[in-house]
Amino acid sequence: MSSALVIARYALREAVRRRVILVVLMLTLCFLALYALGCQVTFDQIEAPGGPDEFDERVLAGATLLGLSMFTTLFLGAVLAVFLTLGAVRGDAERGLLQPLVVRPVGRTSLLLGRFAGAAVVCAAYVALIYAAAVLITGILGDWWPDRVLGPGLGLVAAVVVIAALSILGSIFLSSTANGIAVFMLFGAGLAAGLLGQIGEALSVETLEDVAEVSSWLLPFEALYQAGLHGLTADVGGITGVIVNLGPFGGAQEAGAGLWLWTAAYLVLLGVWARHAFMRRDL
Amino acid sequence: MSAAFRCDSLEKRYGATTALEGVDLEVAPGELLGLLGPNGAGKSTLTKIACGLVRATAGVATVEGAPAGSPEARAAIGYLAELFRFPDWLTADELLALHQDLSGSAGGAGERGRLLELVGLGDARDVRVSAMSKGMQQRLGIAQALVGSPRVLLLDEPTSALDPVGRRVVRDLLGEVRSQGIAVMLSSHLLSEVEVVCDRVAILVGGQIVARGTPAELGRPRGVEVETADGVRNYPDVEREDVPRIVADIVAAGGWVYEVRVLASTLEDAYLEAVGAV
Repeated sequence: MSSALVIARYALREAVRRRVILVVLMLTLCFLALYALGCQVTFDQIEAPGGPDEFDERVLAGATLLGLSMFTTLFLGAVLAVFLTLGAVRGDAERGLLQPLVVRPVGRTSLLLGRFAGAAVVCAAYVALIYAAAVLITGILGDWWPDRVLGPGLGLVAAVVVIAALSILGSIFLSSTANGIAVFMLFGAGLAAGLLGQIGEALSVETLEDVAEVSSWLLPFEALYQAGLHGLTADVGGITGVIVNLGPFGGAQEAGAGLWLWTAAYLVLLGVWARHAFMRRDL
Repeated sequence: MSAAFRCDSLEKRYGATTALEGVDLEVAPGELLGLLGPNGAGKSTLTKIACGLVRATAGVATVEGAPAGSPEARAAIGYLAELFRFPDWLTADELLALHQDLSGSAGGAGERGRLLELVGLGDARDVRVSAMSKGMQQRLGIAQALVGSPRVLLLDEPTSALDPVGRRVVRDLLGEVRSQGIAVMLSSHLLSEVEVVCDRVAILVGGQIVARGTPAELGRPRGVEVETADGVRNYPDVEREDVPRIVADIVAAGGWVYEVRVLASTLEDAYLEAVGAV
């Protein structure tokens, strides 16, 4: 078994043994129960449209609920990613946990890769699971299904993997608490930039749109989330499409293969930077 | 035979602070070298450079001829840090298994059981680290350092949390390790322990080696005391070889000799002198 896999397995076992996964799953069940209740109550109030050109309340309700659940999923995934990785290097080194592992022939690169892989697998599986559950709940209780199912889910998975990578990188330079705060602030900054872009687009303010665009390149998890949102109602047109885009989906942006390529390159860049910094760090 | 560990003109600076300055040292296979020095003398830094945790600012450090920190060097060492901690959710057996995986050891359950027995934790294989006393964790740390049959053992204060029985266990263990041809670099504040177990001692002060040699070489003769019927007579400038002549002179002069004591300074005296405390 390669060294990175040993470390990844160790990280996964830690998450299970420390009951991180158990606690997260229990609280997630509460969230999904609440979400199901919201769907039930909302869809009970909805009447069918009178004709094909009339506004379809069911689409607005379904897309809005699922869009909000995606935001919550991204947030919960980010929390999990940060807490699994915030002390991966400096935090563990300060506590004396890292040194016995680093002196083994495993090497620093494998150690970093293993810690990242362990956290990424847990977060990706978690986010994929909640997203799938939310889609099923919305579809079964509201008889509404998103136009694209796979794309938004993959976008969420990629977004939390990016956040885990940012947190691993931060853990090389910052203490655990400082790193946790920094990553959450970056997360907030990314979301705020998305909202600014939304406002800029509505008011035609070029500066705000530029800020949002640059931010989405620097912090691609926001762009992945927006692309996922867009996928939910990608084929909705007519009056319903106009109203949906006036609401919470105003910021949703279609993204092509470029975003995925950039996300992959971004992860590689973070990895190279993290490796370089970790190799030079005295422990 | 090449040195198990060797460093030449080793330097380490943290900004304006110099942790090591021009350190030359060599540990032969099967040799037990004690590193002594006050807090901040550079003992831990030297040990960390040897195992690749810290990069030297200048100079060269090698483990069995390979640059310290290289995969070859790391494959040859076992290390116990002064301030170590193990994941508290692992059992003793699981911790050793993890280190077997990381070091590529094929020793399996047999090696784990043998090492736990060696450090007196044979009954604690399924005990979690969180349920262990500091002393038990330190013993487990020594077992962990021995996973994969290292050829160079780097121990930084390995007995600081142990009770006298635990220290005795470790002392015996170090003797056994040495007899297997493993080189040991032992950093410690316990001078009596170092004096008993180490073949050679190096005293670090302010990042420099200020004294080195065997414990016997570091202790200097301090004369001879002779207890006679007239009281104790001191001969400060003589050595052990002069004792027969002194006794013969006293007896020839009609005196009675009850006891002769050859005086030598201890390692503690040598240490205190080296660090400027006397």
